Amino acid sequence: MIDLQVLQRHGLTREEYDRIVEFLGREPNLTELGIFSVMWSEHCSYKSSRVHLKTLPTKGPQVLQGPGENAGAVDIGEGLAAVFKIESHNHPSFIEPYQGAATGVGGIIRDIFTMGARPIALLNSLRFGSLEAPGTKRLLEGVVAGIAGYGNSIGIPTVGGEIVFEPSYSGNPLVNVFCLGIAKASDIIKGVASGVGNPVYYVGAKTGRDGIHGATMASAEFDEKSAEKRPAVQVGDPFMEKLLLEACLEVMRTDALVGIQDMGAAGLTCSTTEMGSRGGAGVEIDVSFVPQRETGMTPYEIMLSESQERMLLVAKRGREAEVERIFEKWDLHAVRIGEVTSDGVLRVKDRGSVVAEIPNRALTDEAPLYRRPATEPEYLREAQRLDLESLGDRSPEKRPLHGTGRVARGFQSGGDFLALLGSPTIGSKRWVYRQYDHMVRTSTINLPGMGAGVVRVRGTDRALALSVDGNGRYCYLDPHRGAMLAVAEAARNVACAGARPLGATNCLNFGNPERPAIMWQFAKAVEGIGEACRALDVPITGGNVSLYNETDGHAIYPTPVIGVVGLLERADRVVARRFREPGDAIVMLGDSRGELGGTEYLKVIHGLVRGVPPALDLAAERALQQLLVALSEERLVRSAHDCSDGGIAVTLAECCFDTAGMGAEVEIDRVRVAGNDAVNVAAALFGESASRVVIGVAPDDVTAVLQRAAAASVPAKVIGRTGGNRLRIAVAGETVIEVSVGEAERVWLSAIEKYFVKRVA
Amino acid sequence: MKFGVVIFPGSNCDEDAYHAAKDVFGQDAEYLWHKNTDVKGADVVILPGGFAHGDYLRTGAMARFSPIMGAVRAFADRGGPVLGICNGFQILLEAGLLPGAMLRNKGLKYCCQHVYLRVERTDTPFTAAARAGQVLRIPIGHGEGNYFAPPETVEKLEANRQVILRYTDPQGQINDEWNPNGSVGAIASICNERRNVVGMMPHPERACEPLLGGVDGRLIFESIVQTLRSAESLALQPSVVGRAS
Repeated sequence: MIDLQVLQRHGLTREEYDRIVEFLGREPNLTELGIFSVMWSEHCSYKSSRVHLKTLPTKGPQVLQGPGENAGAVDIGEGLAAVFKIESHNHPSFIEPYQGAATGVGGIIRDIFTMGARPIALLNSLRFGSLEAPGTKRLLEGVVAGIAGYGNSIGIPTVGGEIVFEPSYSGNPLVNVFCLGIAKASDIIKGVASGVGNPVYYVGAKTGRDGIHGATMASAEFDEKSAEKRPAVQVGDPFMEKLLLEACLEVMRTDALVGIQDMGAAGLTCSTTEMGSRGGAGVEIDVSFVPQRETGMTPYEIMLSESQERMLLVAKRGREAEVERIFEKWDLHAVRIGEVTSDGVLRVKDRGSVVAEIPNRALTDEAPLYRRPATEPEYLREAQRLDLESLGDRSPEKRPLHGTGRVARGFQSGGDFLALLGSPTIGSKRWVYRQYDHMVRTSTINLPGMGAGVVRVRGTDRALALSVDGNGRYCYLDPHRGAMLAVAEAARNVACAGARPLGATNCLNFGNPERPAIMWQFAKAVEGIGEACRALDVPITGGNVSLYNETDGHAIYPTPVIGVVGLLERADRVVARRFREPGDAIVMLGDSRGELGGTEYLKVIHGLVRGVPPALDLAAERALQQLLVALSEERLVRSAHDCSDGGIAVTLAECCFDTAGMGAEVEIDRVRVAGNDAVNVAAALFGESASRVVIGVAPDDVTAVLQRAAAASVPAKVIGRTGGNRLRIAVAGETVIEVSVGEAERVWLSAIEKYFVKRVA
Repeated sequence: MKFGVVIFPGSNCDEDAYHAAKDVFGQDAEYLWHKNTDVKGADVVILPGGFAHGDYLRTGAMARFSPIMGAVRAFADRGGPVLGICNGFQILLEAGLLPGAMLRNKGLKYCCQHVYLRVERTDTPFTAAARAGQVLRIPIGHGEGNYFAPPETVEKLEANRQVILRYTDPQGQINDEWNPNGSVGAIASICNERRNVVGMMPHPERACEPLLGGVDGRLIFESIVQTLRSAESLALQPSVVGRAS
């Protein structure tokens, strides 16, 4: 019955099948094969990535829970823990953007409340193809509506994130969602099954045929037939999840619970196996007790269904009535489907007769582990070569189009500047975040678009700052450095808000790991993440790996996305991006070296993805971040904004936006990176050297700020002053950009909105 | 004085309203579970924002059948002050405690942002502390806040001075560009004829603390606290509050 075709449909190799037979000492039946196929899928087993992930730093005095549980947790003082994780829902979102993104949000929220934490904030990191390309608008609209539809309804604010448009993602968008929750540090609940004879409960939505083999789908490349996989995408019900969330948190407060886990990827299979495995016990269930939405479902289908909004929990024997009563209050019905056993075996029955019997170990610890071959990609050396001199040669027709030509002087710089501000990756994301309820829970201190998302911790004076960042282009050009830069940027964004970075979570989006070039990108990126996390003291507490992000053989840029959580001991010390008062000094922290490799400027203005990404000195980065936190604690800084995409010119503009048009006069140093002066000016304005932040400082505090910076060995220099309603930037005395803030802001605000303006006939 | 904050399954601004009443304004507050059949001695009842019962059918359409709504209606009939915020407003419409209905926003998308509101009437328990014509900056967050009623109903609302807040520009001028959802007459809030039941789409509880970027929502809470306090000092029952003005 089990031939090569059946194996292929299950995404298993011949060797893997032989391994199964060896473990069981017999041929598996089809139900068992299905169970192995999902548990051994890349998505659940991390079989290609585990050897690398093991090298990541995961410990620290602040870490309460590292990788391996449903989410990680760090200590935020006052007996509280921040519980957080990021996860991908790339493949489902490509096939069905609304439901794919919505269920991604639902899944990550369950991971958080499963730990006993109340979810308080969401972020997302999205990547699409160019907005000009057919289909991108539909995907963006669907994904955003799906995130909004789920998050808004359940009442968890989406407080920030990032969105990047890049042709590399046109056949494979990335939808990474991050959730943060708060728990009492002493009350963190784990996904364990223990205590022989304890009842195993199923609660939540009924099981249907949706999502069968979702985990296997997420572990395969896409081709033109992928749309046929639509039934493997699940449908979300945020109302059901809201009920589950409230009921589960209520049950957790009773002490009648042993462990709990959501049924996410690989559904009932994964939750029973993992809970048993963590608790050193076995779980025995009878699928005939599982509430079913459809008739005639087989044990195979019930075990592999990925229907959403379902939880598996183990209660203490004798406390059943208490648990059941709480679920009844919320109009939910907790159904006892089995019990904990002592033999470490997952045993599935159907009306009493055994239909599957597999040792947990075979499904978890003994899952295949691959050290796949890795070789440097052929494109790399060529792509890293960048001839800066050739950039100076620009005929007028090669200049980018932009909304306005009314830029007083320095036309080329001014035009490039507006073109960058109006590009969707740099431009305002208002069109997106306005669709998210970002204020529910009345705790959002830094609204979306103001830098890191910042939420206060109710009942304390504290607040948490959150940022998710990645740069696929940098990683394409140098995965090791690109990944380090992603960690640095996320932590820097958090520090800009005044928060001390505490921990990180990663979502690793890559192509097909069976190709050595992709595996090399993956290995290098993980190395880079580890190095940066160690240097910046932000241990990785969990995350997710998404491989096979390819369509028709084209892999996405290697895209590790890093989420960092930081702590503000005093919420009222929070710092945001925008300038606050006219007449303030503008201080540049960090060195500008005019690095143009891999920049947004090269891509948008010259259509080039080339060069090496900016260098990163991790010690300097750490000093900068510590300085930022100290300045905010002392209230010496009024605004802080990280220099990243588009360099200092774009950063300064963004500092002026949302201020009702407050301008700035700035003079920056020249850099010499080429013989051509126009190139040098562009490098000064748009270069993306790392570890730089623009801060606004009250005139009376400038001396103190410069002293603190000098003591911390962080380069600092007053580069200008806020005021007026124009932004003027001079390089070495010569004005190269002068524009009205209102005009620049209109270009920036319409960057995405212009694609969605309804045409009135 | 005691605030009763109703929790429907799917309410998600219940904690926020409770927090504002209790922690920001120092009043007693108690949650009222939707299966309750009384308001537990509350002096003012808030129906908070959210997606009661998922709002899959029509906003508020299921919630109006919850047992608590019988108690809320009886409380309102006695003149007790009731405030429906966002989903709470939608529920009051479905329950027939206020006239009209909500359509999807004019842009067909959920919209979360700060808006400007002009205070039209100060003779309700929830706007008594405001000045007529005062412009408030308070956030909204909804997908169906496009207030609609037949012309004769709108005329009646206007004639009875039942329109309490309107969407305006920052200067208090009505202007389509500043009407975030397309509501008829830029209506953001109305009251019943007796003036004790008020529904509003904006979220005053989101604008009560400087840390959250605005405090204009305080006026709504201050109004009810002030109204109830003067009723108390006159040793009157809340039942007269609705007629006090």
